[in-house]
Amino acid sequence: MIRIENLSNNWDTFTLNNISLEIKEGEYFVILGPTGAGKTLLLELIVGLYIPNEGRIFIDEKDITYEVPEKRNLGFLYQDYSLFPHLSVRKNIEYGMKLRNISKNEIDSKIKELSNILKIEHLMHRDTTTLSGGEQQKVALARALAINPKVLLLDEPFSALDENTKSKLIPEMKDLHRKEGITFIHVTHSQEEAILLADRIGIMMDGTVVQVGNPDEIFYKPISKEIAKFVKIENIWEGKVIKKNEKELIVDVNGKQIVALSDHFKVGQGVRLIIRPEDIILGKGNTSARNEFKGKVISVIKHGFYHIVRIDCGFEVEAAVTKQSIENLKIIEGKDINIFFKATALQIIKR
Amino acid sequence: MKNKIKLELRRNPISFIFFFIGFAIIVFVVGTLFNMLYKQLIVSPTYFIAILKDQYVLKSIGLTLYASVLSTILAVIFGIPLAYAIARNNFYGKNIIESLIDIPVIIPHTVAGIALFSLLSRRGTVGSIFGNLGIVFQDSLWGVVIAMFFVSYPLFVNSAKEGFISVNPNFERVARTLGASQWKSFYQIAIPLSYHNLISGAIMSWARGISEFGAVVVIAYYPMIASTLIFYRFNTGGLQESQPIAVLLILLCFVIFVFLRLISKKKG
Repeated sequence: MIRIENLSNNWDTFTLNNISLEIKEGEYFVILGPTGAGKTLLLELIVGLYIPNEGRIFIDEKDITYEVPEKRNLGFLYQDYSLFPHLSVRKNIEYGMKLRNISKNEIDSKIKELSNILKIEHLMHRDTTTLSGGEQQKVALARALAINPKVLLLDEPFSALDENTKSKLIPEMKDLHRKEGITFIHVTHSQEEAILLADRIGIMMDGTVVQVGNPDEIFYKPISKEIAKFVKIENIWEGKVIKKNEKELIVDVNGKQIVALSDHFKVGQGVRLIIRPEDIILGKGNTSARNEFKGKVISVIKHGFYHIVRIDCGFEVEAAVTKQSIENLKIIEGKDINIFFKATALQIIKR
Repeated sequence: MKNKIKLELRRNPISFIFFFIGFAIIVFVVGTLFNMLYKQLIVSPTYFIAILKDQYVLKSIGLTLYASVLSTILAVIFGIPLAYAIARNNFYGKNIIESLIDIPVIIPHTVAGIALFSLLSRRGTVGSIFGNLGIVFQDSLWGVVIAMFFVSYPLFVNSAKEGFISVNPNFERVARTLGASQWKSFYQIAIPLSYHNLISGAIMSWARGISEFGAVVVIAYYPMIASTLIFYRFNTGGLQESQPIAVLLILLCFVIFVFLRLISKKKG
């Protein structure tokens, strides 16, 4: 288990501010955030390349805040993989084990085991400068895992790879995590990687961790407007609670009344409603959804394999719709249309 | 084919024109040296052959090579830490330190010699202290070495610095996480990866040492290094006596230079 308590540090150009985080044993934890949020610096603090101004880092209850990096036994992968260019693939992987005076037999069997798991037997005697991006990533993984680290820290491990290689290697990474059984901490700006890999996600923005949760909590229930925007939710409506019956709230948004559910909030309080575009249903018929509004289509934009439809219902709504629905409902600009969404799909936050 | 050259010339005129202009420098250098070699080795080789038997000449060339090797060793011992410290750290006044390193390159070498003389001569501020310890610079081997060192270390330091800068610092960081101490990551990662710059810096610094005259002659006229001897013989016996020594020095340096380049290429 890794526990980070109130970690802060200043660099010339950047500050990490009061980060607290608990990462469970064996977990695949993804630190997700925009470029420049300080994700790499956080990893470098954990591996000991810097010493923080304030705060503590514990691994299995042992305080390692001021331990030198070579004694921490943490595996670390840089974005550029940083394979030693003057050493062969095999010598790269051996490097950490040789420093530990491990016997030749043990080194051989560890290399055999890792190259088997990562399928890199055929690369052993290659020069590292001739490897493809994907191969470099695997060799760097083998090198980091060869020291039997307690935790493997990955800094944007897929950002140097092309799309096809990336989509092939992401499941392999998940597989590797299962086989090795150790804690992985993976830093990325890619939501795709986070969704596909994470057991839990920590959102990092402007030098601090702003939300921690499982992927559903992060992507459906962001706790701030900034996080909602970062996870690509455009439906953020400002309103005011005008009625409350037990858990049921009626929120006024631009004169329209939206039903939402929450234990908190009082009548008269300003709130924001957040809902994913996938949770907006378009159509004419009845559904079980509590909220139904009439609107007019403002725009239809193709977005990969689905379409983003913007609708004006007195407040602006963005819906993600399949190509099939677009055709069935004959959705075009200017068309009048009804939208539905469930009260349970709404996330309510303070304004 | 002819057409192709014409097309290239129209599309890419700078390369062609600049090549011909630049070629003048090569002609100038090769012409100057070749003229001398041709006269000495082909037209009238008797003087050159006589020089090969002149103990005084051979000794001074030996001294030049020996002293310049010592000066290069000093440059390596002190230069690697300096170059690494500058390459890996950002600190206030770094630009000033980098400019200071270059000073010996820009001041006239006789001026460097005079400065060294006033510091290190028998009665100099530091020279007198060393004198008490039995180390004398004025008119001694150490004077030659220190003068060569003063004018040649910037070549090593700058080359080593470029080498260290070109090594991605992530390599050393990863080595640390794999269990290497900072010392180990330095000599197992940073040194081998900047090997080429270290070797070529050492060769340049060594060559600069051999060719030094101005600084050396002020602090140590004796023992005579090759360039002092050439100057002395030029003054007393003209070209006839000085040129053969110059030719011998050129040939020796050339052979060693090529040899070192070859072995450093092989290693890399």
